[in-house]
Amino acid sequence: MAHAEAHAHDGHDHDHNHAPAGIGRWLFATNHKDIGTMYLVFALIMFFIGGAMAMVIRLELFKPGLQFVDPGFFNSMTTMHALVMIFGGVMPAWTGLANWMIPLQVGAPDMALPRMNNYSFWILPFAFTLLLLSFFLPGGAPAGGWTLYPPLVLQAGDSFGLTIFAIHMMGISSIMGAINVVVTIMNMRAPGMHLLKMPLFCWTWLITAYLLIATMPVLAGAVTMLLTDHYFGTAFFNPAGGGDPVMFQHIFWFFGHPEVYILILPAFGIVSEVIPTFSRKPLFGYESMVYATGSIAFLSFIVWAHHMFTVGMPLAGQLFFMLSTMLIAVPTGVKVFNWTTTMWRGSISYEPPMLFALAFLFLFTIGGFSGLMLAIAPVDFQYHDTYFVVAHFHYVLVPGAVFAIMAGVYYWLPKWTGHMYDLKLATWHFWLSTISVNVLFFPMHFLGLAGMPRRIPDYNVQFADWNMVASIGGFAFGLSQVMFVWIVLKSVRGGGPKASARVWDDTNSEGLEWTVPSPAPFHTFETPPVIK
Amino acid sequence: MSIQKKLAAAAGLAGLAISAAAFGHPESSLNLPVGVTPISQQAHYLHMLTLWVCVGIAVVVFGAMIYSMVKFRKSQGAVPDTSIVHSTKAEIIWTIIPVIILVALAVPATKGLVIIEDTRNSGLTVKATGYQWKWQYEYLSQNDGKTETPISGVSYYSALEENSNFTRQLGSGLDPNKVENYLLDVDHPLVIPSGVKVRLLLTGNDVIHAWWVPQLGMKRDAIPGFVNEMWIQVDEGKEGTYRGQCVELCGRDHGFMPIVVVVKTKQDFAAWLAAQQPAAATATAATTASL
Repeated sequence: MAHAEAHAHDGHDHDHNHAPAGIGRWLFATNHKDIGTMYLVFALIMFFIGGAMAMVIRLELFKPGLQFVDPGFFNSMTTMHALVMIFGGVMPAWTGLANWMIPLQVGAPDMALPRMNNYSFWILPFAFTLLLLSFFLPGGAPAGGWTLYPPLVLQAGDSFGLTIFAIHMMGISSIMGAINVVVTIMNMRAPGMHLLKMPLFCWTWLITAYLLIATMPVLAGAVTMLLTDHYFGTAFFNPAGGGDPVMFQHIFWFFGHPEVYILILPAFGIVSEVIPTFSRKPLFGYESMVYATGSIAFLSFIVWAHHMFTVGMPLAGQLFFMLSTMLIAVPTGVKVFNWTTTMWRGSISYEPPMLFALAFLFLFTIGGFSGLMLAIAPVDFQYHDTYFVVAHFHYVLVPGAVFAIMAGVYYWLPKWTGHMYDLKLATWHFWLSTISVNVLFFPMHFLGLAGMPRRIPDYNVQFADWNMVASIGGFAFGLSQVMFVWIVLKSVRGGGPKASARVWDDTNSEGLEWTVPSPAPFHTFETPPVIK
Repeated sequence: MSIQKKLAAAAGLAGLAISAAAFGHPESSLNLPVGVTPISQQAHYLHMLTLWVCVGIAVVVFGAMIYSMVKFRKSQGAVPDTSIVHSTKAEIIWTIIPVIILVALAVPATKGLVIIEDTRNSGLTVKATGYQWKWQYEYLSQNDGKTETPISGVSYYSALEENSNFTRQLGSGLDPNKVENYLLDVDHPLVIPSGVKVRLLLTGNDVIHAWWVPQLGMKRDAIPGFVNEMWIQVDEGKEGTYRGQCVELCGRDHGFMPIVVVVKTKQDFAAWLAAQQPAAATATAATTASL
């Protein structure tokens, strides 16, 4: 029956490679590849907007004294930098990669819910327009930190309602995107594609999608309570009315900690595909990778209060959150050891995706080490809310998540465009990014240990040297990313040699995406592929 | 290869520039201070312990990675051994070893936490209230081990000192390098005795603030509607001035509400406290005279 149906469709296959023309192709897009492209372009734009804010921060912190911006505006910069990078940069970049690659990797013709896919993308530009418009309202953009702690956040100006509304829209978009991933993976795998045969990118995304569905409603609840506290006189978080500001932190971090893994789990997936490819060996310990990802996801739900050791929890609570947090090192360690063993007795070559994956391996591990240090509660009282924390989470997010996104883009870009990009230029992009990202973030460890609090626009002269170094690294890192845009644009516009279907011909690149031509046709796998 | 060489040279130059810059300010430091309280010393010990454990793991893991990256290069004719795909034994080993290391870290960490949370038997209780953007200190009571004596009338605000405040204004044209203790000086510091367990009660008046002096080793949030507690005991012989800042984002001037603690000997502190409470002191003197 299925065979007969597939046959009936063959008749008009030639039509299917014609994408609709004009702006309608994008506005009414239901094709997973087009929507994936839009997500990725959107994320890239947001990376540059959020990056521009980071440049303002590093400019003001270049030397002691206030030179450029008002402290209130500085707080808006740190707040908006985080919101834009997390919700506008990293998360949409992952959803974009998921849209492009998951159907190709499981052998599905498209995402399961294509129209919802369209909505979940098109909500985002509106959400971020609202969020960014808040700069032009009386009181300026939100300045209470991306963590939105009350009572401070309730002092916001007219931007408050816009911010909350924008966060709601982002949450709805994320939930719809996540539902789409779950339904696609659960229902649309090609016959024979058992769950434990799926590429790890699909696995990590599947688990990420569950995290999103579980935690985004929690964030929505928390910000709605903020909204009614601000506009309708409720007192959820106002102690004068019997409310509890610490309760907000518990609810926020119950979302916030799984969110951390939402940002990093898909990165584990990409690295788990790139390293075997360029080591010319299968991934070591595939099943243990899947179980480790599941364990990390489970643990991410029971460690949230390690973000709030200083709020004054009872001893038993602090002990629980300290010990459960330390446990995360175990499955994370398993992953790092598996990646290392994958390279062992391989035949390694250093194309740009591999370079970024290797930088991820080293630098994410450094972020993991500082994470273990932060877990030790009696010392966390010294680290908490200092630049040591800033160094930690930037190590896991920039050379962690962002480098893995770069690795993924450099890995699959020829598959998308049909043209190999400029490998030499991309290698330059890699070295410049990797050196500057360390010059940018490593000194922040020193600053934090020496006692510099985070989120301050000005500082004592004892912090001057390393701030200047970090700023120089920041400007260099920002500029290096212009190269990335150039490299991608060149490949999109058809520069460079034509890529073969396998793209990385002489490697171990496994997976269904390499069985379709490059560029991947508008419609793929209309007839399910045969999985051996 | 030439790219790599050029980059290595550039990295070397950058490294030189960095080390040159680091000599610019002699007071700049790279590590957590040992501090002057049992809690800060314990934090420093745990910090160094965890750091060295991490360095040890890093040497092994990064060593294996770098060895593989160099040894198994395709350009050097490495042939992949595709039979290495799974080993339950290896997985068990590298699950158990981290667990053992974690337990070894968790034991001293747990002990440390128990000590930090034990605020009993304090000799002096002071309440600190965070405001946007200054602190208020209120001396509540003293305890000599037998009786609790209330202190009345010693309460004052502690805000950023004037020189820093002028200099830090946007476009002030003043040089922060010329201000002593720029942004880390207040008009009225908190004064405490050495060798006495001081219990600090913390609350916030408007938004959440956090009280931290790195040398004293403890940080805690000052939250409206809550009274948090922590304790500090500065070693005898370590009298001096210790500086910190508010460490919870509390609005526009979050960066400008420093914390300064002056630690005096018990005798000097008693004299200072007596001078702070003229009314109470006079009353006591009158009572003594009438007897």
